[in-house]
Amino acid sequence: MPPARPPHAHHDHDHDHDHDGGTQLSEIDLRVRALESVLVEKGYVHPATLDALIETYEKKIGPRNGAHVVARAWTDPAYREWLLSDATAAIAALGYPGGQSMVAVANTPTEHNLIVCTLCSCYPWPVLGLPPVWYKSAPYRSRAVLDPRGVLKDFGLDLPPGTQIKVWDSTAEIRYFVLPERPEGTDGMDEAALARLVTRDSMIGVGLPLTPAQAAQ
Amino acid sequence: MSTRPALSELPDLPCDAEGPVFGAPWEAQAFAMAVALQQKGLFSWTEWADALSTEIRHAQAHGDPDTGETYYRHWLRALERLVVEKGVATPGRLAERAAAWNRAALETPHGRPIVPPA
Repeated sequence: MPPARPPHAHHDHDHDHDHDGGTQLSEIDLRVRALESVLVEKGYVHPATLDALIETYEKKIGPRNGAHVVARAWTDPAYREWLLSDATAAIAALGYPGGQSMVAVANTPTEHNLIVCTLCSCYPWPVLGLPPVWYKSAPYRSRAVLDPRGVLKDFGLDLPPGTQIKVWDSTAEIRYFVLPERPEGTDGMDEAALARLVTRDSMIGVGLPLTPAQAAQ
Repeated sequence: MSTRPALSELPDLPCDAEGPVFGAPWEAQAFAMAVALQQKGLFSWTEWADALSTEIRHAQAHGDPDTGETYYRHWLRALERLVVEKGVATPGRLAERAAAWNRAALETPHGRPIVPPA
């Protein structure tokens, strides 16, 4: 018999995927889940109420962090290169340390990226804030893998048939986020103006950045 | 919709100009549970502020660095204690639940959602 594997060290990250495929949740994550499931069972809280409250209050670790990162990558080729080769460090350098390994995947004219976590809604929260409710839903998680083109269509994004769609399944160790393409007609815009074009959905891959005309509306 | 709680009454809540600040998703989850239970009437906001400051004082007395990074750990502890005091759950039930979540997570292969334990 091989010796039992030593327990993973868990600090502040919320969980870890075990090498056998199972997931080791942190002690604090387990306590939060335990409390929530007891409260739900007894009818004291409803999961949808919690989601709504979080959406109301969650402001700080929001998509604007990611928008800053994307706008920098659009304006500074060296930063873009750094972001694509070591996203964790490049993102931390802008003041958003996250703990987990981040990987930025860049859209091109022929390739579109979409992120998902089929397991449990792992999400690049240092750049994107807390996940939207639909990201955690079972239909999104399963359909994003089976029918990404259909999912994008539901979000109003109809990609040309020639565009290849890549789906990235996040884990606790690697959290992907999408570096969208810089929209047309943005020459001469500075970083702050560009950041306003970057939406959360464009960094998940279910949308595109706004055009300057859309942002002006 | 129910009343918004007076966040300003809470000791040391990590905030910026726009509102509360969370360092990780579980913190927001714990935050939302306390707000929801207050709205539901399980405890008043004053009771909540008292329970939380008791936990914070207790932690500081035991060497908590009080840098804000541990704030929501105290928050969660206060929440667990109030839920027990109000008779909603026993400590044993919470521990049992946590263990069940742990088993469910460990047994779930990557690629499948973790099914909440029954």
